[in-house]
Amino acid sequence: MAGVLSGIYSTFVRRNYVFLSTIFVGAFATQIAFNTGANAIWDSINRGRQWKDIKHKYMEAEDDE
Amino acid sequence: MLARSSLRASRALGATKTSATRTATRNASTQSSSESAGSWKNAALASSSTALAIGSVAWYYYQYGRPMHAMTPAEEGLHATQYPWEHEKFTKTFDHAALRRGFQVYREVCASCHSLSRIPYRSLVGNFMTVDEAKALAEENEYDTEPNDEGEIEKRPGKLSDYIPAPYKNDEAARAANNGALPPDLSLMVKARHGGCNYIFSLLTGYPDEPPAGAVVQSGLNFNPYFPGTGIAMARVLYDGLVEYEDGTPATTSQMAKDVVEFLNWSAEPEMDDRKRMGWKVIAVGSVLFAISVWVKRYKWANIKTRKMLYNNPYAQQNATKHPGSVHRR
Repeated sequence: MAGVLSGIYSTFVRRNYVFLSTIFVGAFATQIAFNTGANAIWDSINRGRQWKDIKHKYMEAEDDE
Repeated sequence: MLARSSLRASRALGATKTSATRTATRNASTQSSSESAGSWKNAALASSSTALAIGSVAWYYYQYGRPMHAMTPAEEGLHATQYPWEHEKFTKTFDHAALRRGFQVYREVCASCHSLSRIPYRSLVGNFMTVDEAKALAEENEYDTEPNDEGEIEKRPGKLSDYIPAPYKNDEAARAANNGALPPDLSLMVKARHGGCNYIFSLLTGYPDEPPAGAVVQSGLNFNPYFPGTGIAMARVLYDGLVEYEDGTPATTSQMAKDVVEFLNWSAEPEMDDRKRMGWKVIAVGSVLFAISVWVKRYKWANIKTRKMLYNNPYAQQNATKHPGSVHRR
């Protein structure tokens, strides 16, 4: 445990530019992950109701013409 | 002088003394009879004052406490039934297939009288129409161009950025064509009427076959119990099979009314889908942050909440330290 913690400390926190860039990259990654997950849940709740679920019917119909 | 006045005073004192004793003796002699007479008087007084109090409160409530209605129930209109709209739930978007059907109903039925002035063709794209469909629809109408070199304003086919044209040139033309009644713009109608979706659905499907007995319907008006005043210039327009849906949905009256109401709700609140999705994300993140803040508060206050306060009374200490040696013990 102590070895892991000191490893994390020496890897990410020791040098300030690494610490800062870890925070920034982590913030972006967290936001992207949260948005992707939340939108996936939202789309599964509203399956078949949104335009992207029914769009293919009308796009194909236009290709036939 | 002084003697005379003192004499008078003593006489007056004697008079009061005798009268006091006289009343006392009279009271003692007539005590039983006066008690029985006073009991029914007291009861009558108490009950009559209670009745007066209740009566005055009731009268005051009758005068000023009752709810006041400026209009009769007929003028208010029948309250719309509450329907369980799927798209009004917190986690549900509009059913965009229903929006497409509702727009078809608007275009084929409502648009002959009602404008939809706040909806441009571009907002149909990506909601219930493809780009090509919306472009084709826009090109069916003509719009004014910018003035050319001679200052003439010409006509051009519509573009996606154009707004859906109104059936009449202006409100006066609309009134003239509709017996003096102005068909309102439907862009924000769901927001603009009490009851919203329920009201419009009830209004569209609530026309009775004939007005009930005793109802006064002016000439040129139609009876609808949900319309305030019950006399509405719009006749019943939705009948079974009026439009033919391209997705094969049976076009019953209530189906068309439901679809067009959902479409009008979209036209009033086109941001609703994104708003709800953003809203539940905010609630999710906010509840996590709130839980963290509660934990941090408890963590920071833990020392303060669990410490023990001790009060050493200095006076008691002074008395306790009377015996030698204890003062310098520490």
